[in-house]
Amino acid sequence: MNAPLRRVGVVVMVLFGLLFVNLNYVQAYKADEYRNSDYNGRVQVAEYERKRGIIEAGGTPLATSKETGGKLNFLRTYPKGEVYAHALGYKPVNLADTGIEKSENDFLAGTSDQLFGDRVRDIFTGNQTAGGNILLTLSPRAQETAFRELADNRNGVTKGAAVALDPTTGAIQALVSMPSFDPNPLVDHDTENAQAAYDRLDAAKDGPLKNRALSETFPPGSTFKVITSAAALENGYDPETRIPAGPSYLAPTAGQEIRNAVPSICPQAQVTLTTALTDSCNTGFAQLGVKLGADKLKDEARQFGFEDDDLAAGRLNGPGQKVAASRTGGMVTPAGNDDPPLVAQSSIGQNDVRMTPLQGALIAATVANDGRQMRPYLVQQQLGPDRTTDYYTAAPRELREPVSADVARQLQDMMVSVVQNGTGTNARINGYRVGGKTGTAETGGNSTDHGWFIGFAINSAGKPISAVCVFLEAAGPGGSAEAARISQQIMRAVIADRGGR
Amino acid sequence: MTAPPGSASTPAPTGELPRVRFAARSRRNAELALLLLAMVVVAAYAATAEANLLDTVTFDFWVPIASITAVFLAIHVVVRFLAPYADPVLVPAVALVNGLGVAFLRRLDLGRATPDERADLTMFSGTGGRQLAWTLISVALAAGLLVLIRDHRAISRYAYTLVLAGIVLVITPALLPAKYSQVNPQSDAKLWISVGGFTIQPGEFAKLALLVFFAYYLVRKREVLSLASRRFLGIDFPRGRDLGPVIVVWLISLAVLVFQKDLGTSLLYFGMFVVTLYIATERVSWLIIGLLLFFGGAVLAWYLGSTVGGPFASFYTRVDIWLDPYGDPYGTGWQTLQGLLGLGTGGLFGTGPGAGQPTEIPEVHTDFVFAGLGEEIGLFGLSALLVIYLLIIERGLRAALAVRDSFGKLLAGGLSFTVCLQLFVIIGGVSGLIPLTGQTTPFLSAGGSSLMANWLLVAALLRISDAARRPVDSTSPARPSGVPAGPPAQLHGATTEVIRP
Repeated sequence: MNAPLRRVGVVVMVLFGLLFVNLNYVQAYKADEYRNSDYNGRVQVAEYERKRGIIEAGGTPLATSKETGGKLNFLRTYPKGEVYAHALGYKPVNLADTGIEKSENDFLAGTSDQLFGDRVRDIFTGNQTAGGNILLTLSPRAQETAFRELADNRNGVTKGAAVALDPTTGAIQALVSMPSFDPNPLVDHDTENAQAAYDRLDAAKDGPLKNRALSETFPPGSTFKVITSAAALENGYDPETRIPAGPSYLAPTAGQEIRNAVPSICPQAQVTLTTALTDSCNTGFAQLGVKLGADKLKDEARQFGFEDDDLAAGRLNGPGQKVAASRTGGMVTPAGNDDPPLVAQSSIGQNDVRMTPLQGALIAATVANDGRQMRPYLVQQQLGPDRTTDYYTAAPRELREPVSADVARQLQDMMVSVVQNGTGTNARINGYRVGGKTGTAETGGNSTDHGWFIGFAINSAGKPISAVCVFLEAAGPGGSAEAARISQQIMRAVIADRGGR
Repeated sequence: MTAPPGSASTPAPTGELPRVRFAARSRRNAELALLLLAMVVVAAYAATAEANLLDTVTFDFWVPIASITAVFLAIHVVVRFLAPYADPVLVPAVALVNGLGVAFLRRLDLGRATPDERADLTMFSGTGGRQLAWTLISVALAAGLLVLIRDHRAISRYAYTLVLAGIVLVITPALLPAKYSQVNPQSDAKLWISVGGFTIQPGEFAKLALLVFFAYYLVRKREVLSLASRRFLGIDFPRGRDLGPVIVVWLISLAVLVFQKDLGTSLLYFGMFVVTLYIATERVSWLIIGLLLFFGGAVLAWYLGSTVGGPFASFYTRVDIWLDPYGDPYGTGWQTLQGLLGLGTGGLFGTGPGAGQPTEIPEVHTDFVFAGLGEEIGLFGLSALLVIYLLIIERGLRAALAVRDSFGKLLAGGLSFTVCLQLFVIIGGVSGLIPLTGQTTPFLSAGGSSLMANWLLVAALLRISDAARRPVDSTSPARPSGVPAGPPAQLHGATTEVIRP
């Protein structure tokens, strides 16, 4: 009987071998998946054992954690409530986390590989070191101004967005989406209350959870004429080139007749490019666009950042809040040729052209920064739990260079002319070279028009200080002028935050 | 089979002489040293668990450990006098697992208790305390068995009594109303006899009784079974009348188990039966038939579960969960998924004793004790635990190889393989290798019946290994009077083989 007994011994070995291999699979190969599974309550409790790091901007704490003594030991609080909601995101117990709270979660929670040293030290000291801290690029004064001015806008608009960034670095100075929401109820440890709060916000008619500044696109209207101008300047035009204009224009094949906003705008047969932009001459730009052709328009827009599906605003070497791609839309016939009515509409920012407010700010910033577009970012610094160790400081990176410095300066002059002599006079700031472009986008149907303003401020030393985009959804008449006024307020706040320089 | 230390240095001559020389060493002091080492490990585990759980080591943490150490020392003394040549590794290995089980269950009690209640957790309170009490009783039972049965062949005298008792034990829960047989409200298994708050799981004992009968019967019939056979399809089948009683026993237990809705135990009995049959007859055909029957049965049970439901429905659900652990994460799959998540959370090194959250898993003290422990001791700890189990099983098989009589060989081989199969069924089920079928983890799970039955099993192995290693020329009588003759001296050359344990 010994031979079968020995074979039974082998069978035992095989069965244990199978158990061992399977344990390796579960505890080594699949360990991370299981550890971070949504169904794994252990991680959650462990996550709340450690004090989560602070998110702050300009010395103002924006997200902090306070001890509760409950099962989940730390409660996340957002002292500034809805002012920073869309910039920060939130970190709830059971709901999905969003924004910077999501993209910098590892560092804030202290589980990041960078903070490995702190965790090792904890093992020996028995302390539970807090997570790392995140410093944002936001200027508190600009952010609060943007929030307040949007909320108190004179047109009674309830929806909109504002973005401001530093043209020379890409650092985001303000990021507001209206209406906003208070993130504090969402991070309630009573998950039923949190869910109820979320459901309420989710069902709200104005969509407060939507980030209109980054993840929604809207027809840009006349602000797109900056792109059309850039395409013209790159293709042999100069600011003084006279282009065909007139009171109305009907594209060669068919379509809707294009008119100007008021009859007093460019009724002449020809105007200079600068004048066309200054007065926002629809007929001029429509004909210019048709002449340049869809390819050149689309190409120019792409150079400025349209169709970019991969942009995220967060850390320059890591993840961030996803930015929706702006689109130029279709301008060709099914056969593949330019469809002049569509090209004409598109060159004045109508038809299927859609843009995020961030993209608007990027266009203004590129022009102000002599044609170099910097990659936008929100995270200025990752500070260790001790607040002295610097784990990351943003090193600005160029994203693309859509136009040459010469063309960019010509565009600057044209946009300054808009603010000095044209539709954007509300944006003027004494002692600064302010340029910009207004936009009034028809939304089709009976809804009222969107109001836009994109612009920049350059100080007396020739250094661009800020580029802004303000968007007022369904603002109606005067929307773009109000947007220009809000832009001016935001840029003033940035200047004030810099000590007037 | 590995050579024990000490015998490796001696050359390996053939014939009877080496066995005598080897067996002359009882190695009881080695057993004592290993036992104390095991208890040090258990004490270290208990202290670490308290340190992690309570942030302090209570001054009396050692009391439960000291009391089980005392009782293990007592069985060591019993072995020293009554089975001096027994395998020296069995008792320390079992003591280590049993001690860890007690410490882990006590750790669960501490984890569940609020700080106020912890003071009331005296030595014998809570699951851990009860397990401690059961350990004392079980070890006493094992010692009693060693005292009563001085020659393992004497057990065969009671084969028919035992099988009758075994069948009664198996059937009783099935016949009892659910009130007295269904302890766990979450499971519909009718496995228990519960009277007045006192519960036993008779299947654990029936397992031993049935195995004794299988061994006895197959030894009586093995010549007939392996020689007188009918050849069919190239495989030798025994005559029906020779197999009749065994088949009947098996069918009855199987049928009853299906009605008790516990497929794990029926799989265990079946495997036990096939392997003893194989060892007895040395016919590989039995393994093939067994495997075919098993997989056929499993597929049939699954199919019946999907169509008929009834007693098979739970098996069908288990297979579903096995195929997709995320299928019903908050319902039927919760326990299995939480077990996997626990194992994954533990990862390679585990969270450390007391630092995990094993209480996230329902029934962590019984079926899922391996997953709960695995979260805290990690892959490395579990691998060590598997090796300890493997040691117990292989030592049992070694006793089977070395013992001179067929009954002892079959009994020791069958018992060892039963432990292996039971471990495979439950650990494989918990770690997602096979569909989960409820089983206790030997020596680890909370529960008196399982602990008692497994300690009796160890006592039997000790008794057989003592016989195996005892010098042949010792004074012990070759056959105690009154023991039935059993089979004539081995016909199959088992004893003529050179035994080099």
